[in-house]
Amino acid sequence: MPVIQMREALNQAMCEEMERDPDVFLMGEEVAEYDGAYKVSQGMLARFGPMRVVDSPISECGFAGLGVGAAMVGMRPIIEFMTFSFSLVAFDQVVNNAPKVRHMSGGQLNVPIVFRGISGPGQQLGATHSWTVDALYTHVPGLKVVIPSTPYDAKGLLKAAIRDNDPVIFLENESMYGNRGEVPEAEYLIEFGKADIKRAGTDCTVVGWGHTVLTAMAAAEELKKTHGIDVEVLDLRTLRPMDMDSILTSVRKTGYCVTVEEGYPACGVGAEIAAQVQQYALDDLDNSVVRVAALDVPMPYSKPLLQHVVPGVQRVMDAIKHAIYFQG
Amino acid sequence: MTTVAEPAIKAEPTDAELMQWYRQMVLIRQFELRCAQSYQQQKVGGFCHLYVGQEAVAVGSIGAIRKEDYVITAYRDHGHAIARGMDIHPLFAELYGKRTGCSHGKGGSMHFFDAEKNFFGGHAIVGAHIPLAVGLGWAIKYRKQDRVALCYFGDGAINQGSFHEALNLAGLFKLPCIFLVENNEYGMGTHVRRASAVTELKLRTADAYGIPGKDVDGMDTLAMYKMVRSAAEYCRQGNGSIFLEVKTYRYRGHSMSDPQKYRSREEVAEYQKHDPIGRLEKVLHERRLLDDAKTSAIADEIHRMVEAAHEKADADPMPDNDDVWTDIYAQPFGPYR
Ligand SMILES: Cc1ncc(C[n+]2csc(CCOP(=O)(O)OP(=O)(O)O)c2C)c(N)n1
Ligand SMILES: [Mg+2]
Repeated sequence: MPVIQMREALNQAMCEEMERDPDVFLMGEEVAEYDGAYKVSQGMLARFGPMRVVDSPISECGFAGLGVGAAMVGMRPIIEFMTFSFSLVAFDQVVNNAPKVRHMSGGQLNVPIVFRGISGPGQQLGATHSWTVDALYTHVPGLKVVIPSTPYDAKGLLKAAIRDNDPVIFLENESMYGNRGEVPEAEYLIEFGKADIKRAGTDCTVVGWGHTVLTAMAAAEELKKTHGIDVEVLDLRTLRPMDMDSILTSVRKTGYCVTVEEGYPACGVGAEIAAQVQQYALDDLDNSVVRVAALDVPMPYSKPLLQHVVPGVQRVMDAIKHAIYFQG
Repeated sequence: MTTVAEPAIKAEPTDAELMQWYRQMVLIRQFELRCAQSYQQQKVGGFCHLYVGQEAVAVGSIGAIRKEDYVITAYRDHGHAIARGMDIHPLFAELYGKRTGCSHGKGGSMHFFDAEKNFFGGHAIVGAHIPLAVGLGWAIKYRKQDRVALCYFGDGAINQGSFHEALNLAGLFKLPCIFLVENNEYGMGTHVRRASAVTELKLRTADAYGIPGKDVDGMDTLAMYKMVRSAAEYCRQGNGSIFLEVKTYRYRGHSMSDPQKYRSREEVAEYQKHDPIGRLEKVLHERRLLDDAKTSAIADEIHRMVEAAHEKADADPMPDNDDVWTDIYAQPFGPYR
């Protein structure tokens, strides 16, 4: 099976869907002539031409709304935000127009759009550029929220997102674009709302999504090596819909649950999971759910400060040990 | 269409002012070159946008306003901060993420601030600070102060909704704001022609918002000074806002990681022939304020100054982990955990 980078997997997903459906187009800042700020759309302008791979001015509100409008008449826009931090300039389009047109038209219209781009604390970009938007968008009925952790998942999920008849927020991570993984040549789609066990284990369930799956995996390997602790890592892959059944099944097996996110703890995704796990699996829990999240502060520029704010492998290991009452 | 006041002010800068601007421009350039080096050495993180080539814009315009006036800009802010008189040691310290940085290492390259010097940042979201400038102008008018708000932004920012909403407000309320677009022809890799339906930016605000627009050669320090002097006067007299399209050029990439495939070396070289520092040097030569010996003496002196500030900042301590909890609220309270 070919081994490719995450950015290539995303590129393949877009190209295949554009070949398949003439109504799919890509618009965003620097996506065409520059080949994408992070080279995700490399070669796409040459292949599909300037009507289908379109450089936009720096007008997020405008081009996000343009996408919603085009989707209302059946087109399938892929709108790239250079980062989801800039989607906040277009927040109204993303949380009001895209997810509510179907509802407010009594089901007459739908908005098959994909908003994609990077999200996460980034590399020392300062407070406004470092948003982890998982919880912000997971909060909104009418949206779907997708966040892959491997090239395989990225391709299958993005193709499914483009074919989906509802608005999809597709969250990528800058530090993962170069990550490699096996991606089959034959076509496949990944259904939303299906979590994936990235590492089977018996001692503690760790729930991650996107980049935190990698952090959780590293913590799991280290705990296995140093203490023989056998962690199960569950990758949610989509936050809305969320596969609570898989979380509950895993927690019922291990008796413990840790969530890991790079967003904030207040009203975060981990808070939602903790509430549901404690509501529906209380009898199977041997401890309360432990959340790992960014510290409750704006993202600082300075490198050591940023490293302190964003949860890393050590904090996840500590949380797991704490959750399972591990001494030593 | 609103008629535009021709530059009414005939003020000529003094020899001392000219020499001070010259030194500032050399300082900005050397600061930026040191930044580039420090970035390669990974002392600087995040995004870092250099001002090389645009020095005359910040220096000529800030030279034309007063200490009590307000200044606000986007992320390409090193030049404005230095022109506003900020000491370069806290700027290097900020870039290196040190606690001694002008923003305690919280902001980085894109977020230089100095409240005492009425320098209100350093803002990284394109267009987001333009409404803030309108707020500064509002406060000036409300308090009946003799001040202006000078707001810089790039040609790319003109296409943000925030620009249009802000300019309508400023036009409607007749606020004392100078909106200064540094048209360096590119927003990242996108030429103005590919981003703006109307590329003559100076035409975009008069009919739309009742704010007269003028253009000026941003590679010419004296022209910058004169234009902004009269613009400030126009604002101070209660006429409302003014919009300046400044034609300039950045010599370096958009940020430190830009292969610059969107323009040719020849294009860059062509603009470098009109280098703002070289042009001011010529004026100073003509006025016998500068000769070759003095030029190189100034360059050496500033070089030593830049190296000393860099070394001091480099040796400063990193912040402590606990510093993440400061600079968030007036009265900190127990955070969510
Ligand atoms: C809302 C928003 N969208 C996109 C970006 C990414 N970005 C940073 S600078 C830039 C180009 C801006 O160009 P311009 O306004 O001409 O300023 P210049 O860099 O030329 O000084 C872009 C697209 C951003 N910071 N904020
Ligand atoms: Mg520009």
